Amino acid sequence: MTERLSNREGIKGMANPTRYGIERVAYWLQRLTGLGLLAYLIGHIIETSTIVHGKIAWDKMLEFTQTIQGHLFLTLVIGMCVFHTANGIRVMLGHGGIGVGKPGQPEYPYKASSLNYKQRLCIWVSIGLAALAMMYGASVLFGV
Amino acid sequence: MRESIIMKIHYGTALGAVALVAVHILMRMTQNFDQSLQYENVIANYHFLPYALMLEAVLILLSVHGFNGLRVILLELKQGSTYEKMINYGSIAAMAILIAYGSRTILMAGMGIS
Amino acid sequence: MAVVTAQKPSEELITIGKTSTQSDAITLRIARSNPAEGQETTYAEFKVPVKKWTTVLEAILYVKQNLDHAVAVRYSCRQASCGSCGMKINGKPALACYTKVSEIKSNVITVEPMNNFPIIRDLAVDFKQLTSNHKKIKPFIINEESEVTPESKEFIQTPKDLEKFLQFSYCIKCGLCNSACPTMATDTSFIGPQGLAQAYRYVADNRDKGKEERLKIVDNSHGIWRCHFAGSCSHVCPKGVDPAMAIQLLRGYMLGFQK
Ligand code: HEM
Ligand code: HEM
Ligand code: SF4
Ligand code: FES
Repeated sequence: MTERLSNREGIKGMANPTRYGIERVAYWLQRLTGLGLLAYLIGHIIETSTIVHGKIAWDKMLEFTQTIQGHLFLTLVIGMCVFHTANGIRVMLGHGGIGVGKPGQPEYPYKASSLNYKQRLCIWVSIGLAALAMMYGASVLFGV
Repeated sequence: MRESIIMKIHYGTALGAVALVAVHILMRMTQNFDQSLQYENVIANYHFLPYALMLEAVLILLSVHGFNGLRVILLELKQGSTYEKMINYGSIAAMAILIAYGSRTILMAGMGIS
Repeated sequence: MAVVTAQKPSEELITIGKTSTQSDAITLRIARSNPAEGQETTYAEFKVPVKKWTTVLEAILYVKQNLDHAVAVRYSCRQASCGSCGMKINGKPALACYTKVSEIKSNVITVEPMNNFPIIRDLAVDFKQLTSNHKKIKPFIINEESEVTPESKEFIQTPKDLEKFLQFSYCIKCGLCNSACPTMATDTSFIGPQGLAQAYRYVADNRDKGKEERLKIVDNSHGIWRCHFAGSCSHVCPKGVDPAMAIQLLRGYMLGFQK
């Protein structure tokens, strides 16, 4: 049967984090923050390249970023960076089979042991660390 | 390249970047944040060879990691041999361009051409 | 869409005994479609009387028997053993025979065909891709010495050896995992959690000698690396197979964390 009729969920289904627990939310955040950081990295490298045009060009670029929106954006980048890194370490260990539980006799009601509290805790810790880093970053940027 | 090798590179670049990006961001905290972005200080950073080398390393690691991540997402979105070839070569090209452009900054600012 | 009700509600289908006096009615919305004929999805609504033990499958069969004989649904065992009756129930993949109406906190139940499988008609979907991906990973013990000869000894497996793969062998090929998987939602070439978990089931069996062969099969651009450990497969698996665990353990071999 052709793929046209395949009833795939498509991007909407892939990017819908609401139905399958916090692990799916972490997957979704890891993707979004990865893409966000890539966009930031490209912008950042263009931004820093102004330095080769001397002090005037650099200061002009700084002026452009030293705004409230610029600071809010940088706060978000810090949050993305911390979440992606912390959750990335959890994901890498998980991919290596570490912390995903041990096979055993399935007993009703069949709780999957890979969706264990350690994994959920690490996801919440990643979110928490990102939030803390954003608060600290914002306090530095907005000069409290 | 076998997919397992590509993905080992993906994990390896991520691990390498963890420490280096931390150093890079914490550099902002060693002094007043605004000061750290002053032209003279930034130029001084680029002139400091170990730090410049570290920036180069971050640049390479994250270009490879980031564009491979994008490649993975794009391969999952659509299939077909022409499309997949385009994505595979396209992401290598993107990595090369970003690394070249960033290295130009590091080299020029580091050698004091600017 | 007009709501169809039976003129004379037939009780015998859904009641086992007359012990319970409590009998409610729900609205069952069934997605109807026939893509091969170019017929788009429409939703037909039916009023179905239920008891607290009525399963979604029984509700559908009530409709089939009393209200609309043409509803297409696949089922066989009615006890979560055959893997035929997977469908989307109020938006999430589940076995219709293993989901009680009373578990769903709603008077309206919508049943739709599972995603990521081609629709044959209404709730029945095509399993060709799942079956062929399952076959790809060589779902059998690979061992030169598996033939029984007069000289051969039996192969002793301790309970511990058994526990390494037992839960993965509970897979009934219902496909719920594949329909919940985020990669499967867009990647038409991905092996899928069902097949990958079965690759691990055989690799973890100490009678099997096909590890290298299977690791090679799953090591490609639409193989095991397209799993991101989102865990949605394990979230919906009705048999406790936990495909997400199997996949990470299998990848553990490839990353050198497992021997
Ligand atoms: C420095 C610490 C970092 C760590 C530990 C890390 C780790 C990871 C890991 C383990 C994955 C694989 C996720 C998966 O297969 O599901 C990943 C994906 C990705 N990363 Fe990173 N990463 C880091 C930084 C970055 C940065 C700075 C960027 C941007 C340039 C980035 C861009 C991406 C992208 C685009 C993906 C693909 C997302 C996906 O497949 O869902 N990462 N990262
Ligand atoms: C708090 C946010 C950040 C600030 C304020 C910042 C600032 C800077 C500055 C001023 C430079 C010039 C060299 C120096 O003085 O160190 C630079 C270079 C660089 N930064 Fe960042 N950075 C930040 C975050 C990041 C992140 C998250 C990444 C990784 C994704 C990154 C990657 C780089 C790279 C690769 C270079 C070298 C670029 C080149 O010279 O071509 N930075 N950054
Ligand atoms: S792993 Fe579970 S959800 Fe997937 S096909 Fe097997 S029994 Fe069904
Ligand atoms: S009818 Fe057999 S699994 Fe539901």
